[in-house]
Amino acid sequence: MPGITREEVAHLARLSRLELQAEELDHFAEQLDVIIGAVARVSEVAGQDVPPTSHPLPLTNVMRADEVRPSLTPEEALAGAPAAEEQRFRVPQILGED
Amino acid sequence: MTDLIRYTAAETASAIAKGDVSAVEVAQAHLDRIDAVDKRVNAFLHVDTEGALSAARAVDAKRAKGEELGPLAGVPLALKDVFTTKGVPTTAGSKILEGWVPPYDATLTGRLKDAGIVILGKTNMDEFAMGSSTENSAYGPTGNPWDLSRIPGGSGGGSAAALAAFEAPLAIGTDTGGSIRQPGAVTGTVGVKPTYGSVSRYGLIAFSSSLDQGGPCARTVLDTALLHEAIAGYDPLDSTSINAPVPAVVEAAKLRDVRGMRIGVVKEFAGEGYQAGVMQRFNESVELLRELGAEVVEVSCPSFTLAMPAYYLIAPSEASSNLARFDAMRYGLRVGDDGTRSAEDVTALTREAGFGPEVKRRIILGTYALSSGYYDAYYGSAQKVRTLISRDFDAAFAGVDVLVSPTTPTTAFPIGERADDPLAMYLADLCTIPSNLAGNAAMSLPCGLAPEDNLPVGLQIIAPAMADDRLYRVGGAVEAALNDKWGHTLLEEAPAL
Repeated sequence: MPGITREEVAHLARLSRLELQAEELDHFAEQLDVIIGAVARVSEVAGQDVPPTSHPLPLTNVMRADEVRPSLTPEEALAGAPAAEEQRFRVPQILGED
Repeated sequence: MTDLIRYTAAETASAIAKGDVSAVEVAQAHLDRIDAVDKRVNAFLHVDTEGALSAARAVDAKRAKGEELGPLAGVPLALKDVFTTKGVPTTAGSKILEGWVPPYDATLTGRLKDAGIVILGKTNMDEFAMGSSTENSAYGPTGNPWDLSRIPGGSGGGSAAALAAFEAPLAIGTDTGGSIRQPGAVTGTVGVKPTYGSVSRYGLIAFSSSLDQGGPCARTVLDTALLHEAIAGYDPLDSTSINAPVPAVVEAAKLRDVRGMRIGVVKEFAGEGYQAGVMQRFNESVELLRELGAEVVEVSCPSFTLAMPAYYLIAPSEASSNLARFDAMRYGLRVGDDGTRSAEDVTALTREAGFGPEVKRRIILGTYALSSGYYDAYYGSAQKVRTLISRDFDAAFAGVDVLVSPTTPTTAFPIGERADDPLAMYLADLCTIPSNLAGNAAMSLPCGLAPEDNLPVGLQIIAPAMADDRLYRVGGAVEAALNDKWGHTLLEEAPAL
């Protein structure tokens, strides 16, 4: 089982939308390598014949009736937003300029 | 009036119902206690003085009108800051949610209010419930009332400390890998992880959705049962909610009789890493159960040794997905929005500034475990271990009514001792994790002080799913016998704050 390198942590941080500092990359690479070493043995015991369990309960999708009912007002929904404008969430630029 | 803070929840409710004391007096006594000791304990992140007094006044008004009060009406409670509370700040112990005021109540919050329970405020916790010591809170660690230089357990350390410091007779926690039971064990209080799906998760800020379970904490088994009945039950707003009657836990807590019950001692929860005094008190508890008329047998659950590795793959995987919602767009912190950066850059800068080290570590670990090429080896294998653990439980419960073990391998360790050693920290959850992976019910209750450090030791009782009443039957019997033997409750031995 491969360990985890500093470059891999940097890649994972990008995927996770975390702008990690250089010292954090070093620190996490070291710690995660130890943690992954300790947890890797799960792959040694579970054979093909063991079905995976992803959840303790059998899950079924729940749908509600398609009817109008009271919900949060726009003011309530926007109350915690870092920025709002004209009853909408104001977000930084999403599309590139080119 | 100071005696009011030492009443059990049942005694408080009865005194209010009889008119011996008003709910406002009870609330004020606890608010005064918080004022006197919480600067040192740091159990509360937010005290809602006005909200608490107003809820207490409503209970008093009901009583004055002759309306019937619920079994916990007017009793104060400390609520873990991971449940949303309308109009009251909710942070989940994180800087990324600092100052956030939810526009709605969690189902559990609503049920507490409906029961006339007085919510004193929101308690400190490891950030997003990730931790075993409450040192990962962005708002500073909580102290253990038995020794303020030691951890109160985690992630629900604030809730457990509030009980042990007599700041509240009732508290709510959440248990993803032991975060109700482990703090209960190290503070000398009672904590229950109900069957997964039996208490609604609607409005509970998610860490690991297939493991998180809200539950009751209190100073006695009966109080815990009364709170369990107030919060449990089907919720159509939670698609994982179980639509079945809640087991009669209050009745079971009052039974105090284990004669004829078969109790299994889990062989794998002993040996290296277990403190001698913890094992001594645990073995005495097993002997006590025998004396009380239970049949005790040894049970082997070989896959339990893999529970911790499986947990530390599954929980971070789910966390990495659940915490994606903190993107700086709809609520919480926003950093770097100076008009020159894209939304993606603002999200990354915000998450870097808003999350603490343990949260970042688990997000990276979860992203790794779910990534292409590693998914089968890590996440997929961990899910298979989960199957093996459930099979171990099924085999064990075919022969016994409940299982018992120490709740934690050691007593409360000093703040800072394991802070930079994640693996050492994760060991605190060794005995509690299997129940989260399988979804069954478990309780921790005090079973004495470890002779070497005079700190509380917890006895863990584990029951099959939807047999939560068995926890209370066994817990009630053990508690009554121990209190008889000691001549008082364990918390009476805690040093004065």
